[in-house]
Amino acid sequence: MPSKTREPRSPLGIRIGAWLALVFLYFPLATIVLYAFTTDERSFTFPPPGLTFDWFGITAANQGFRDSLGLSIEVALIATAMALVLGTLLALAVARFSFFGRDAISFLVVLPIALPGIVTGIALRSTIGIMGIPFSFWTIVIGHATFCVVTVYNNVVARLRRSSPSMIEASMDLGASTLQTFRYVVLPSIATALLAGGMLAFALSFDEIIVTTFTAGQQETLPIWIFSQLNRSHQRPVTNVAAVFVILATAIPILLASRLTQDVSSEQ
Amino acid sequence: MSIEPAPIPSADQSPSLWRRISTFFYRRPSLALLLLLAPPLLWLGVVYLGSLFALAAQSFYHLEPFSGKVLRDFSLSNYQELLSASSRDIIGRTSLMALAVTLFSIPLAFPISYYIARFAKPRMKTVMFMAVLVPLWSSYLVRVYAWKLILAKEGILSWAVTKLGLDGVLNQVLAIPGIGGPSLSVSYLGMFIVFVYVWLPYMILPIEAALERVPRSLLEASSDLGARPLSTFRRVIMPLIIPGVVAGSIFTFSLTLGDFIIPGVIGNSSFFIGATVYSQQGTAGNMPLAAAFTVVPMAIMAIYLIIARKLGAFDAL
Amino acid sequence: MPTNPAPAVRLANVSRHFGEVRALDNIDLDILDGEFFSLLGPSGSGKTTTLRLIAGFDHPTTGKIELQGQDVTKLPPYERDVNTVFQDYALFPHMTVGQNVAYGLMIKRVPKPDRQKRVEEILELVQLPGMVGRKPGQLSGGQRQRVALARALINHPRVLLLDEPLGALDLKLRQQMQIELKAIQQRVGITFVFVTHDQEEALTMSDRLAVFNHGHIEQIGSPAEVYEHPSTSFVAGFVGVSNLVSGPIAKAITGSPDTFSIRPEKIRMQEPGTTIGSDLCAVEGTVRDVVYLGMHTRYLVELAGGSDLTVVQQNLDTTSMDVHAARGRRVQLVWQREHNRVVTAKS
Repeated sequence: MPSKTREPRSPLGIRIGAWLALVFLYFPLATIVLYAFTTDERSFTFPPPGLTFDWFGITAANQGFRDSLGLSIEVALIATAMALVLGTLLALAVARFSFFGRDAISFLVVLPIALPGIVTGIALRSTIGIMGIPFSFWTIVIGHATFCVVTVYNNVVARLRRSSPSMIEASMDLGASTLQTFRYVVLPSIATALLAGGMLAFALSFDEIIVTTFTAGQQETLPIWIFSQLNRSHQRPVTNVAAVFVILATAIPILLASRLTQDVSSEQ
Repeated sequence: MSIEPAPIPSADQSPSLWRRISTFFYRRPSLALLLLLAPPLLWLGVVYLGSLFALAAQSFYHLEPFSGKVLRDFSLSNYQELLSASSRDIIGRTSLMALAVTLFSIPLAFPISYYIARFAKPRMKTVMFMAVLVPLWSSYLVRVYAWKLILAKEGILSWAVTKLGLDGVLNQVLAIPGIGGPSLSVSYLGMFIVFVYVWLPYMILPIEAALERVPRSLLEASSDLGARPLSTFRRVIMPLIIPGVVAGSIFTFSLTLGDFIIPGVIGNSSFFIGATVYSQQGTAGNMPLAAAFTVVPMAIMAIYLIIARKLGAFDAL
Repeated sequence: MPTNPAPAVRLANVSRHFGEVRALDNIDLDILDGEFFSLLGPSGSGKTTTLRLIAGFDHPTTGKIELQGQDVTKLPPYERDVNTVFQDYALFPHMTVGQNVAYGLMIKRVPKPDRQKRVEEILELVQLPGMVGRKPGQLSGGQRQRVALARALINHPRVLLLDEPLGALDLKLRQQMQIELKAIQQRVGITFVFVTHDQEEALTMSDRLAVFNHGHIEQIGSPAEVYEHPSTSFVAGFVGVSNLVSGPIAKAITGSPDTFSIRPEKIRMQEPGTTIGSDLCAVEGTVRDVVYLGMHTRYLVELAGGSDLTVVQQNLDTTSMDVHAARGRRVQLVWQREHNRVVTAKS
């Protein structure tokens, strides 16, 4: 060894491997963005014969895109709201009480995203079918809320575990009833965790396709609409523009969510 | 200074409704717990788990051969069907793909995990961590679709291969039976690349978390005791990150097993478990057989999860 | 103010069991109105459990708790006229200092202008004027401690509970806060119940104290009583430093084999063989160890039969050279017979 520095230096192999992995992760996304501007509307010629902004206007005017986008946003908002309620209730129970089977809860919550989406999808589809519920907007929401609970639960339970239990005692000691304590102390301290969990849930719901395939009726969410466009042979860049839109609509909430959780952990 | 006990107006002479509700539940903590648990457990524990069990139960029904109606009596005919040559083929192919994807993801994930956990400066660390996190939660379909553009015959990869004069090599690789095909976008190799790509973040994050928990002093102690970097890696780091690797592989393995989008968008027309389930319950209308096929990934995952739990992988999730 | 005949706090036959563990076993305790009362004991002795039972964070397995004569055994914390200063302060991180301190008043719906006035007054009292707008994260440990105190005091509780509030402070600040706390208590006239494992703290601050051990109370009394007349060997050992003498050596010194305690500072060291009066006790030994502590010196003297006594001597006109020269020397230890305390080995 030439120098004995205490500061660890990364071996060259590790550094190259790390950067290659990053390039691998982002190169395809860059490709999509590039193809959203191509003038070639029938194939994926590289390099693109020319670049244009036209596809953004054409996509914005596309009725199928607009309808599915609206549906996806509605589904994601309602599924997120449900996940917020269910995840928070569960997190409060796990963090504040001890009961039989408590350790199994985190397992149960992660199951809908750890099992292949097709299992969750087909299981829900057959139950919905057996119960005679028509496939509709609400069956999509039910499917999405099921796998969105985990993001809210994980964020809130982590926050509750980090906050000192004596804060709740302090509030009750100062005369606040259980409900007042929840409103003035617990809720503000988990607010950013709720926001972060909610944004992750939104992102998760917004681009979900597998479970949705099984729980939707005739409705097309944005991912399903994109999927149906994949084999079209003209105006292909419209799909690319929609894809860029999905990337932004899911990546931005995730970035915001992690900002929120980081601020809190650095504060303590 | 007046800090003599000045009178404080006592809240309300009769406690408010909310206060009485609070006290009611304060005295009955188990009732409060029940109220908190009931909605989420009804949803996840009863509706969701119930659906999974109902699905498993349906795998024992069978179709009336002529009318195509589902007969609700116990039979193992679907499982016999699973053992048929064509089904065994599908299950074997899918499991092999899941295994290959998992095994290949580990070495690919390690350098970046190690870099984030040990070498990156705080700012860089945040940036790289986010760079891995974003694709994990977002844009699954879009990320698959991107590879359709890249792998297309006229696409960017063919262009690069031609520019580098490697056409011959690519054609030789595509000619290998079993993984090749007419072009990358319709070959097993292409599918494999996309599977690795899509699930890689699920492998990076748990390994990173496991590495993060390896105390620096442990590594210093090892090199202090004369171990060279490679043997420190083998004897100290490897055993400690096993839980992270197992946690990551839960996802890469399970998600590959059930996926039907990637074979649909990229693959050749050979069947995987996901695609089979999809077509059996949809076009073929054979729900019991579809159910039996989903039992396969469920069973594989159940075994996998039990082993993972023994290895302590859940702490690394 | 009319004197209340009922004690501020009364615990009658109180036990708290956690499964098999008896954190508290049949405690009886009366704390008088206006008293500064300390619960002293090692960790796990039950003192904090007692405090939590009084506050209402926990409820006794059996027994009764009264505040000012009113049975509060089953009341939730928010229905009890007591307030607590927590060991980790438990300030609400998302609120400013002002909002933290005003919390109790806000819950009681005290009008805002009134609240602000009281917050300013109470911050003045704990010497934190002008901190209203800060967040707890911006304060030092000592300042947080004062905020926690102000947040509890502003409600004028009948009883203020303090759970090792000085534990996290450094020695200087700690000694300063001891004096301040005592002054504040005398000024506001509220009953203080103070949990500590630091015997010096308990002795300097309390009007009375209870010594806890293994879920029992070993002794209740004024600091002087507990220090001068420890009733059990545990108290003698825990409060201050004590030599416990028992068996044949005790019989040789006092004529009785009963265990007695003698404080190290009561013992004088002199030349062996000196004749002594009948009101004195004496024993001979060899100086084994010397620790020079500046103001005084601690000697470890080995007696015949292998047991030893600790002796503390003021350094009136001795230097560190002199005291170290004493090592290995044969000495006679002498003390007033009246300082012997016969103790029971109750536990």
